[in-house]
Amino acid sequence: MKKHNNLLSGIFILLVLLFVYAPIFSLVLFSFNANRSLTTWGGFSFEWYGELFRSREIMNAVVWTFIIAILATIISVIVGTFAAIGLSKNKKLFRNAVINLNNIPIVNPEIVTAIGLLLLFQSLKLQGGYGTMLLAHIAFCTPYVIITVYPKVKSLDPSLIEAAQDLGATPMRAIYYAVFPQIKVAIFAAAAIAFTMSFDDFVISYFTAGSTGTNISIYLYTLKRGIPPTINALSTIMILVVTIVVTLNFILTRKQYKEV
Amino acid sequence: MFHGPLQTSVREKRKVKVKPYTFLGIPYYILLSSLIIIPLLLIIFYAVTIQEQGLYYKFTLIYFRQFFNETEFVKVMADSIVLAVMTTLICLVIGYPLAYYITKRKPITQAILVLLITAPMWVNMLIRTVAWKQIFDMINPRLLGTDFAIIVGMVYVFLPFMVLPIYTVLSKIDPLLYEASADLGGSNLKTFRKVTLPLSISGVLSGITMVLLPAATTMVIPRYLGQNRVLIGTLIERKFYDSGNWGYGAAIAIILSLIIMVMVLFTKKLDRNKEVERDEKA
Amino acid sequence: MKKLIELRNVTKAFEENVVLKGIDLEIYENEFVTLLGPSGCGKTTTLRIIGGFVDPSSGEVLLNEKNILDIPAHKRPTNTVFQRYALFPHLDVFENVAFGLRMHSNKANIKIQIEKLKEDYQIRIDHAQDSTTKKKLKLELNKEIELIKDPNIHLKLKIDKLKNKIIALDKTNPEFETQKQKLQEQIKAIKNDFETPKVREKRLTDKVMKYLAMVNLQGYERRSVHKLSGGQQQRVAIARALINEPKVLLLDEPLAALDLKLRQEMQYELKEIQRNAGITFIYVTHDQEEALTMSDKIVVMNEGEIQQVGKPEDIYNEPINTFVAKFIGESNIIEGIMIDDYLVEFDGVKYPCVDYGFKRNEIVDIVLRPEDLDIVPEGTTPISGVVDSVAFKGVHYEIDVKTNTRIYTVHTTDYQPEGKKVCVSFEKEDLHVMEKW
Repeated sequence: MKKHNNLLSGIFILLVLLFVYAPIFSLVLFSFNANRSLTTWGGFSFEWYGELFRSREIMNAVVWTFIIAILATIISVIVGTFAAIGLSKNKKLFRNAVINLNNIPIVNPEIVTAIGLLLLFQSLKLQGGYGTMLLAHIAFCTPYVIITVYPKVKSLDPSLIEAAQDLGATPMRAIYYAVFPQIKVAIFAAAAIAFTMSFDDFVISYFTAGSTGTNISIYLYTLKRGIPPTINALSTIMILVVTIVVTLNFILTRKQYKEV
Repeated sequence: MFHGPLQTSVREKRKVKVKPYTFLGIPYYILLSSLIIIPLLLIIFYAVTIQEQGLYYKFTLIYFRQFFNETEFVKVMADSIVLAVMTTLICLVIGYPLAYYITKRKPITQAILVLLITAPMWVNMLIRTVAWKQIFDMINPRLLGTDFAIIVGMVYVFLPFMVLPIYTVLSKIDPLLYEASADLGGSNLKTFRKVTLPLSISGVLSGITMVLLPAATTMVIPRYLGQNRVLIGTLIERKFYDSGNWGYGAAIAIILSLIIMVMVLFTKKLDRNKEVERDEKA
Repeated sequence: MKKLIELRNVTKAFEENVVLKGIDLEIYENEFVTLLGPSGCGKTTTLRIIGGFVDPSSGEVLLNEKNILDIPAHKRPTNTVFQRYALFPHLDVFENVAFGLRMHSNKANIKIQIEKLKEDYQIRIDHAQDSTTKKKLKLELNKEIELIKDPNIHLKLKIDKLKNKIIALDKTNPEFETQKQKLQEQIKAIKNDFETPKVREKRLTDKVMKYLAMVNLQGYERRSVHKLSGGQQQRVAIARALINEPKVLLLDEPLAALDLKLRQEMQYELKEIQRNAGITFIYVTHDQEEALTMSDKIVVMNEGEIQQVGKPEDIYNEPINTFVAKFIGESNIIEGIMIDDYLVEFDGVKYPCVDYGFKRNEIVDIVLRPEDLDIVPEGTTPISGVVDSVAFKGVHYEIDVKTNTRIYTVHTTDYQPEGKKVCVSFEKEDLHVMEKW
């Protein structure tokens, strides 16, 4: 009976995986298509990859997406981590209030957050552009950092900071020596989440980039003449990078699954 | 060491005793108030005021009335919600068994499977939606624009958000509980109903929240898979960009937020085993 | 003995909850002081106030006559052994023990020292009467800063002098080579005394090894802490605290998580360490046996107040109230009447005793320790009853004798069967009279 179940569940999982990866295969496949069609195969070619790197528009969008994502990640991780540490030392009432407020941008539909920021920038007569986009990204990434790091900080043994101070570390050094090593993993996870959220973002970027700012998502959305296969090429490269990163990470952390 | 009267008076100057870690949170508090709270207040402000003769702001509900009067808009709102609910249900029907089956595997297999399910999330959502458009173009172009296409697209994009929380909660259930249930005479089905299901509810509710909201407000999927169909997200966008009618757009956003807030509160009330938010031990 | 720490009327309230109600305490150098009491009595809070982790709501805390309340925890000359050890999980045993030394040997410390020096000198310079004194002070300041920045500077000057001597040597002198060699060897010797990071690190390593040996953990340097047993972790925590040679070691129920045998061993070891190192220990526990075993002085606390302070024998033999009597050792507590000095009455019988100073006919509490009581044949004393229960405790039997009025707990090495009619006897010195609590 158990083997029966295993087979059925295995098939189910497989079907779902097929569903999940069908578009990915299609994307990758047609990035090597010799003709411009996205539906009929015309032979193998690297043509679109060349086009991709030649297209200044796309490259510009890609570069800016990275710049904003990296900056937003760094800033939101720093602000968020310090906030998480500071919060854990605060009084319960204040803590809960802040945590609830922090959850607002996470729970709110993106479009509401986006409009709010748009109104803010317009009211301050701030010109829409990469600056406002960066601010917006920091605004929506930081809450994710906090919900990732804060639970870990809360779970730490409070006497560790005291022990560090007892042994002569100033409060700041105590955090550096006693807290950071423990939450390193959570910080990395938070950075990964923040980066992904920023890199992938569309709605908020769209509303806060004004007329000058662009990123990959905005570029795609505002294409007038349909999607060229160069996008497939771009997607394939992104998929490749993601695969490499994920595989590397998995290999490095493989040990923890064997110890069970 | 010089011990004079001057020395002592300097020593006596008491520093205000401030807890050293309160400063850490300050950058965040600034961010919180300026970039999160104020924008929300601004939305409310714009939704309920109208500019009279250039400068004077008057309180008004005109935008709200306008919205409810235009049946087309109400229909758009209703459509968006219906589509979102259907997407959520389908995600649940696929996602729960998927998460459950994954937990039955070896730990290392579990890790690999979870990775496989979530890795696509790292690829830009627009790109993935466009990929589905390409597939529909290949298979049956007439499907584009139908509710079916939109739902397929939404399920595709949001499925991991349903699977992950459920998987997390299921995998945390102490395996000893299953043993205990068997020990007390519970069959597999009974164990599932009485032990697994109740304990996984918080994960399910989490997943529902994480799917319902974005599904109701997405702009991207209706555009590519719905042939530029106007759903609530697009509507708000139009009001802001095309007609510059911020008040109206803000009002729609608020109506949307309220509806969603109600749904979220509803699901939170159902979840009595919440972990992350409750600050029990000081 | 010199008074080291003093608490004057220290109170502490957490929100509504008053934890300390006015603590006055004196602790002397080289003392092993135990704060003893039940959970919630305030002993840990008192310890943490001394350590600087908690500020009192009011009152003074003095170290060597100086108020230390303004000094933050990391600057106080105290070290703490935490109840759950608080070892740094990401560091191995060596680094855990070395932590305090590393905190104090960094460049940051040099900066702090220089800042402080500048502050102190600035005051003196401002205070100076004329510009020549000011100049002199400024020169002095710079020299001191140089010294802090480069502790080898004197040695380097010496080497320069020797080098000059070599240059000044008379080359024609037949002894030239030997003289030169001698001077060069002197230079080499001085260089060996140089303070370099390598030398400092070696010194640190030696010190860590010494303290690891002191707690019997040689060979464990590179182990990770979560692989150690409770007892081993405890010893790492102790070494980590002691290596900083604090004036005062604060120990917060450090042996609570260990099993009985290990606890007894560690009690002995701790006492040895305290005696050899000559450090003041302030020890918190709820275990009265532990307190009696290790302490020079016991401070019995309850509900935020000090009940009694004294040597173990004094507290045991002469508890001042029922709480202390009940908390320390076992007791039979009987309410009675102090008829007159040296005479007390209970259960209708007057007994001569050795206590005095109470009011005539004052109602008092009387303590009779179970080990002071004897079980004697029926009819020999006024206290007669029946053996109610017998429990074998290894060292003795614990026998409850039930009389008309109460049950006496007796510790004796002689077995008595249940149900036997017996009498209870004691000496007049065993009767201890206390004020009614």
